[in-house]
Amino acid sequence: MVSLGHDEIAKYPFLAEAGQYLQDKGFTLEQFATDPDLQIIVDKAYERIESATNGRIYNTKLDSSDTFSFLIAIILLKLSGMNTLINRFSLAEARRAEKFLEKDLIGNLDKTSEELAIKIIRDIFSVSVKKIKNYFVIPIPDYLRHAVNFHELEWKLVNRRVENGMVFLTPHEAVRLIRKELSGYIGSRIRAANTPSMHKGFEDKVNKLVGLAKKFTVSTTVSTEYPPCIKHAIDVLENGENLSHSGRFMLAAFLLGRGQPIDKIALLFKNAPDYNEKVTRYQINQIAGETGSNTKYSCPSCEKIKSNDLCFAIPECDNIINPIQFGRKRS
Amino acid sequence: MLERDSKFLEEAFKQYYFDHFELIHVPDRTNEREFGYKKFNSGMTRHISLKTNKDLHLMLMANIPSDVFCSNAYYTFPNMPMAEKDWKEADLIFDIDAKDLNLTCRKDHTFIKCLTCGETSLMQNTCSKCKSNKIEYISIPCQNCVSRLKKEVLDLKNILTSDLQIKNESITIYFSGNEGFHLYVKSSQYNNLGSRERSDLIDYIMFRRTTPEAFGFKKNNPSRSLFPEFDEPGWRGRVANELFGPKSKRSKAITKVISDGYPAYRQKLEEISKNSIGIKIDPNVTMDIHRIFRLAGSLNSKSGLAKLICTNIEEFNPLTHACLIGDEPVEISANCPIEFILKNKKFGPYLKQKTTVPKYAAVYMICKNIANLA
Repeated sequence: MVSLGHDEIAKYPFLAEAGQYLQDKGFTLEQFATDPDLQIIVDKAYERIESATNGRIYNTKLDSSDTFSFLIAIILLKLSGMNTLINRFSLAEARRAEKFLEKDLIGNLDKTSEELAIKIIRDIFSVSVKKIKNYFVIPIPDYLRHAVNFHELEWKLVNRRVENGMVFLTPHEAVRLIRKELSGYIGSRIRAANTPSMHKGFEDKVNKLVGLAKKFTVSTTVSTEYPPCIKHAIDVLENGENLSHSGRFMLAAFLLGRGQPIDKIALLFKNAPDYNEKVTRYQINQIAGETGSNTKYSCPSCEKIKSNDLCFAIPECDNIINPIQFGRKRS
Repeated sequence: MLERDSKFLEEAFKQYYFDHFELIHVPDRTNEREFGYKKFNSGMTRHISLKTNKDLHLMLMANIPSDVFCSNAYYTFPNMPMAEKDWKEADLIFDIDAKDLNLTCRKDHTFIKCLTCGETSLMQNTCSKCKSNKIEYISIPCQNCVSRLKKEVLDLKNILTSDLQIKNESITIYFSGNEGFHLYVKSSQYNNLGSRERSDLIDYIMFRRTTPEAFGFKKNNPSRSLFPEFDEPGWRGRVANELFGPKSKRSKAITKVISDGYPAYRQKLEEISKNSIGIKIDPNVTMDIHRIFRLAGSLNSKSGLAKLICTNIEEFNPLTHACLIGDEPVEISANCPIEFILKNKKFGPYLKQKTTVPKYAAVYMICKNIANLA
């Protein structure tokens, strides 16, 4: 684990052990709940969560109370039990830490900060990173493990500078690469923390958080229309043409995902040049998880479908990453 | 397949295995691999665990499989159902098949067999006799296919050793036993990658899903200095050589690219991916980390040819070197509208006729579904 000084903890407060930190500084939770002089920290903690839920990044100018407000924010989140707030808070805190990491990685002024930033990336995210001139250079396998979390083409390996098994990234890109995991890391640390007992002084804030979380509950409606890749696969079969193995898998997994019965799906394959009822049923049953290892397969992602040349995207496909999301609207 | 044809193939395969045990070995880390096999006219049996060459040879003799497979993955419990195997890692494997090379010669040596009436005829979309669209495509590779395949394999090897920094000694090339080559990368830094990561690696190797920006074309306000130089490593250098060469014409070529615009450049990158510099691997093979692959030294039931290691790919001639069945005469009834060469001997065309051919040619044609025992 990384050893941290005061400034570093303020920048990366998620690295601190909450209970231990408060104890080391001579505070108890009760004091924060009851001492009027500490109320300002509790207010800051609430603001920190509130701004996170609005997609804003909390103040990036370092302040001595920043670590406390972060830790109290965690206490409030745990007491509220609202998972959606924990997710939003973790993402906003990850983006805040990103700003510091990026600045530290450039490291023009402070070599210690640069080393710490590299160490955080190396220790927490298991990425072996080296600095070559102004670039951060990481081995291709490490890059791929993180880059697959992105759907934008610019993150694909083919669109990166690759030399001798290494990928070259700017400080901004190096930090951006781990954002999702940074947010996951912060979220997992919050979830793993113990939930303290409720103090009267926190009740009001916690109730407000529960109200805040309600804003984010969404209901979705799904249209019955099929996405173009599925329509294309059905057309191919209806015309008695050959649909590739991956196309057949995609179609069956999609329709099973939309709740269609196996009997109805099997009929679609009737015109396939190599149609065999027994084999078709066997394979759909396998995909449905009814036989074999009982693993229910889900519809492949748009990315995989593109790789198999089965994608025929239309504007309505924008912003979806799996055909199963096609036509899903939030209300 | 007719019963007596499959019996004949079974006998021929058994003889081959008996005579060529020296070619068929269990791979290293044997007890971490999953094995499987198929029998003629039967389904797949997999989730088998073996320990030694002796176990393998016993399995071959006891079951006389039409095809034998072994996993690229290493498991703690290879003989358990997939979900319980405990996947550890998997070698990186690439499959380059003649059917994926878009070769113009292909139409000259591919023909159709109707699955409804059994008629064979030259390439068309429906059966010439009964007009059924339930047809099977049968292809017999030619020398051009073989040399283009070899070039593709060497181009792939070059990208693996230079861009991906894979050691030469980790790479082994095999003839697949039918119409392609397999390239194995063993115990490399890529072994721990899952399917999604391998999928990204595949797009890299196939040069797919590129952005014009990565290759120098800024959407707004393009700058000449951002376009790739000839001596740059990786795809940027290869793109420069493909699109802007020779050196003396680079400036003119870039001017044209800029004036043609961003969408045209994107299209150009897609074109060279499909038609020239992208390596034509089968993405589904490399992406799959639970697949079982044909075992080296075993026969391929699609052709009766052996899957063999190629220590010198330039010299390797699959239609001679991998044709290892005996040559005693066999009478067959053949229906093959095109000519082909095996072991430097010409065969065909045969128009529904009885003929006597060496056993290796009889096996080849029966496996290809273009002949029956007479």
